[in-house]
Amino acid sequence: MATLLLADRPDIAAPTIEWSLLSPLLVVAGVAMVAVLVETFWPRRTRFTAQAVLAGLGLLAALLDTVRVYVSLDRVDGDVVGRGTPVAEGAVTVDGPGVLTWGLLLVFALLSLALFAERRLDGGLSAFTGRAVDPPGSAGEAEATRLRLEHTETFPLLLFALAGMMLFASANDLVTMFVGLEVMSLPLYLLCGLARRRRLVSQEASLKYFLLGAFSSVFFLYGVALAYGYAGSFRLADIDTAVTSRTGGEHLLLAAIGLISVGMLFKVGAVPFHQWTPDVYQGAPTPVTAFMAAGTKAAAFVAFMRVLFVAFGGASWDWRPLLWVVALLTMVVGSLVAIAQTDVKRMLAYSSVAHAGFLLVGLAGAYVADSERITSVSGLLFYLGVYGVSSIGAFAVVTVVRDAGGETTHLSRWAGLGKESPFLAGSFALFMLSFAGIPLTGGFIGKWSVFSAAWSGGYGALVVAGVLTSAVAAYFYVRVIVLMFFTDPVGDGPTVALPSVLTTVVIAAAAAGTMVLGILPGPVLDLAQHAGTFVR
Amino acid sequence: MLDLVWLVVVVPLVSGLGLLVWGKEGDRVGHLVGTVASAVAFVIGLVAFVQLLGRPEDDRSVAGTLFTWISSGPFHVDMAYRFDPLSALFVLLVTGVGTLIHVYSIGYMAHDERRRRFFAYLNLFVAAMLTLVLADDYLVLFLGWEGVGLASYLLIGFWQHKPSAAAAAKKAFVLNRVGDVGMALAIMLMFAQLGTSSIQAVNATVAGQASESVATALGLLLLLGACGKSAQVPLQAWLLDAMEGPTPVSALIHAATMVTAGVYLVVRSNGIFDAAPVAQTAVVVVGLVTLLAGAGIGCTKDDIKKALAGSTMSQIGYMMLAAGLGPAGYAFAIFHLVTHGFFKANMFLGAGSVMHGMSDDVDMRHYGALRRAMPVTFATFGLGYLAIIGFPGFSGFFSKDRIIEAAFGESFWVGLAALLGAGVTAFYMTRLMVMTFTSPKRWLDDVHPHESPRVMTVPLVVLAALSVLGGVLVLGGWIEHWLEPVVGHTEHHELAVPAWGMSIIVTAVVAVGVALAWSTYTRSPIAGTAPADADVSVLTRAGRHELYGNAVNDTLVVRPTRHLTRVLVFLDARLVDGLVRGLADRLGDTSQFLRTPQTGYVRSYALSILVGSLVVVLALLAVTLA
Repeated sequence: MATLLLADRPDIAAPTIEWSLLSPLLVVAGVAMVAVLVETFWPRRTRFTAQAVLAGLGLLAALLDTVRVYVSLDRVDGDVVGRGTPVAEGAVTVDGPGVLTWGLLLVFALLSLALFAERRLDGGLSAFTGRAVDPPGSAGEAEATRLRLEHTETFPLLLFALAGMMLFASANDLVTMFVGLEVMSLPLYLLCGLARRRRLVSQEASLKYFLLGAFSSVFFLYGVALAYGYAGSFRLADIDTAVTSRTGGEHLLLAAIGLISVGMLFKVGAVPFHQWTPDVYQGAPTPVTAFMAAGTKAAAFVAFMRVLFVAFGGASWDWRPLLWVVALLTMVVGSLVAIAQTDVKRMLAYSSVAHAGFLLVGLAGAYVADSERITSVSGLLFYLGVYGVSSIGAFAVVTVVRDAGGETTHLSRWAGLGKESPFLAGSFALFMLSFAGIPLTGGFIGKWSVFSAAWSGGYGALVVAGVLTSAVAAYFYVRVIVLMFFTDPVGDGPTVALPSVLTTVVIAAAAAGTMVLGILPGPVLDLAQHAGTFVR
Repeated sequence: MLDLVWLVVVVPLVSGLGLLVWGKEGDRVGHLVGTVASAVAFVIGLVAFVQLLGRPEDDRSVAGTLFTWISSGPFHVDMAYRFDPLSALFVLLVTGVGTLIHVYSIGYMAHDERRRRFFAYLNLFVAAMLTLVLADDYLVLFLGWEGVGLASYLLIGFWQHKPSAAAAAKKAFVLNRVGDVGMALAIMLMFAQLGTSSIQAVNATVAGQASESVATALGLLLLLGACGKSAQVPLQAWLLDAMEGPTPVSALIHAATMVTAGVYLVVRSNGIFDAAPVAQTAVVVVGLVTLLAGAGIGCTKDDIKKALAGSTMSQIGYMMLAAGLGPAGYAFAIFHLVTHGFFKANMFLGAGSVMHGMSDDVDMRHYGALRRAMPVTFATFGLGYLAIIGFPGFSGFFSKDRIIEAAFGESFWVGLAALLGAGVTAFYMTRLMVMTFTSPKRWLDDVHPHESPRVMTVPLVVLAALSVLGGVLVLGGWIEHWLEPVVGHTEHHELAVPAWGMSIIVTAVVAVGVALAWSTYTRSPIAGTAPADADVSVLTRAGRHELYGNAVNDTLVVRPTRHLTRVLVFLDARLVDGLVRGLADRLGDTSQFLRTPQTGYVRSYALSILVGSLVVVLALLAVTLA
């Protein structure tokens, strides 16, 4: 009987998993799960600190591990040099751009974690609500505040979201990509609704984000289904084979490209799928906004680029005009509507829309040739790094400018900030200049690198449009600087809360990064170039 | 020491910068540090000079390079210096007179709470002036040129709380800028035409490698620079206003050293001017016009410092004139420059001493009979007076005599004008002496003239001695011989009258000037206030108004420029700003319009996503399949 069973057993080979190459991702996910256990068993009194330390150590370990993985990547010679290999039965690719994105995401997460752990700004409590089940303004809420309750689940949520982002950016088939997308999004939906102050706005933002996110995921999923119908596989490489051999069923292919793009464009916040951005950025707790602005954008752009370049590279003449139009619309709408904003966080949200447009310019250029010139991949990676660092720095500044009701985000209250706190206002001015793309800041080199990639890709007209919209965008960035330094404060003027060392370090590091990337961009640009292209 | 001669620049430079950054603790000894730095520079210069004397004649030039300043393609500039007979004389003059004036300033500025800063500026001036005269490259020279301009600006405006001082500093700076444009263009032209800005190379090759028109252009541009720095017509207007600065500044910068930089430049660029006769003639004309204009102004001013400033202009006119005569005059230009440095510094410091005793009043109509009140000042000033009018045996006698002689060698009319200038010089200097020292006293109430402290009179005595003895430099043709390696051999024209005859004629003219002034100003008592403009002759009126130099500048430059700026401001406000503001307004309107879909309703956002998706997919299909 036993032998019979053995003989009948279907021949299932155990999947091979390259643990060593995947370890940074696994470390983050593992620490997240440990954090859930800590949440359950650790005494409440010291739980906040324990969670913060655990997350910090986990992120540091993952970052070191990422460096190790990047160094160990094998060179792959094709038309274009790449580094790395598909792993886990082809579900994930550990390649140069992917691992570099991991590194970026880990840095963003570390900076954001410091903002998550900041407790000095709001009377010894974090930026997150004490007990999310209490309705805003209820007696229960007051009691939670009195008891000094804190949701420490925010730390595992951050780690899960990060794991999702990392998976999203390096997924090698469309299903894994979808899983990554959702693992990234669900914790973020939750985090958005956890603000301690202005909870109604926060909950509204959370709900909006969730509904629209789910809505757009459906488009993505529908696109995945159509792609499977066209190519008979979820693997990006298989789809590429089908596209290049033109197996027929153009309608299916085009609809798949369109719908997958819609899902991606929603995540990066491109027009006309951007409308959630200002509402969510404004409502979410500012540390979450900072993490989202930097991390989601980076992960989504890399995943989008991977799908377009790897799976649909053979059909690039079909999707490039689409991106051309969307990029133009996104830059113009983002830059123009930002002018009318009176709230710092909303203005930064529209600024992030405009930046999505600039990034799309580099993507539409689709310049992947192996030459000394900057490719779209390396241009975008550099831009994402600079944008992420400056964004986190800018939102960190927002957390510090406060009045009795919490953060004062109305721009009129920022007048005269330069007199109140020159260091803070100076850093914010530096981030604004970087966003505007003024030379000697990282933003300038970033814009230059994506625009030069687009130019090499033959999209000169779009570059011209990009430069013109940058000029428009400079208007509202510089306006904030004028407001801070050259306008007299209204009434008592802004007050700057004294943050703990955590926020201070974040602002200082972001400012230093923004400046160094502007003055000595060489090493980082070289690194982005060295990453090579995607490995299929 | 010859290899270390660049230290003469470094020592005052370091001291000056140090004094500027030194805090209040430096106030107590700052002036001593500054003076010692200047004295150290003088000692270094003196030792180097003696060593240069000891060398054989054809080896009296030490060049060196500190470092490469600019190296860009074919453009190469070294921070190079050259210590040769010409620069050696200047180093001695600048550091020697400079040190005496530092000493004098200790007393003069004793009650000024910003004395440390004053000495810092003086040190910086000395460093810049030495850079100028030691430079072996026109660009390095330009560095010193701008440095002395800056120091002059800072020192004229030292009492910046007085609006008149601030305005005078600005005026000097702006007029010097005009000249500096000439210098800068000249250097660019050198590089474009000759491929180098090295002083040696340019002067050696300009005759062979560049056309005469290029040499003329170079000469005229350099002359423009020289006019600005040396207050020569037409850029003379700043010098009289510059007397707003403390008197030691007037003595050091606006009499003895900086204002002679133009003469130095012309003599140093002798290769260029020898190759450009037109430019040389221009130099002669400028010198001659300034000589007479300055003398005219000197005759009419009642402000003792302004009278001396007019005299300075006039004397520099003499030097320019000599420099324009070519090899026949270079050595005498420098000779007069040195003697003038002695006696004019002496007289300016004397004037400062007088002001010190007269509660800072500068109006000579309030002076008189100071001979008794201030015997040392009177005696030293008197020696300076005898030197400048050219009393036989005094230094000015030798130096001016040679220039007039050389001018007659050039042309009879030039010589005659120079001779006339000598007479006028005697007139206005005698007028100054009479009004200040010998006439009956016309002191205002509450003024009690007294002799200045020892720290101020000792430099006066030293300078007076030099004023008297400076003439020895010319004995046996020493100075011509000494400068020969730099400016070439001095040819002597044979005149119709022998040299001693010439001297007698000059002395006679001077005597007439003295006699005229004496009789005019001792015959009737001098009024306490100046007669109104309507009551004086046209010439006097013109002199009082500085020959209308300010009015000319105002009409030709200032007013047209002001009109132009008004037009530009109007265009900027209406046209440019209108366009920009209009554009910004339109963008704002568009922004308001574009935000209308941002309703806050999830349903409308979802609709936007749905419509967007439909458009994306349908457009893809339509474009590709159509």
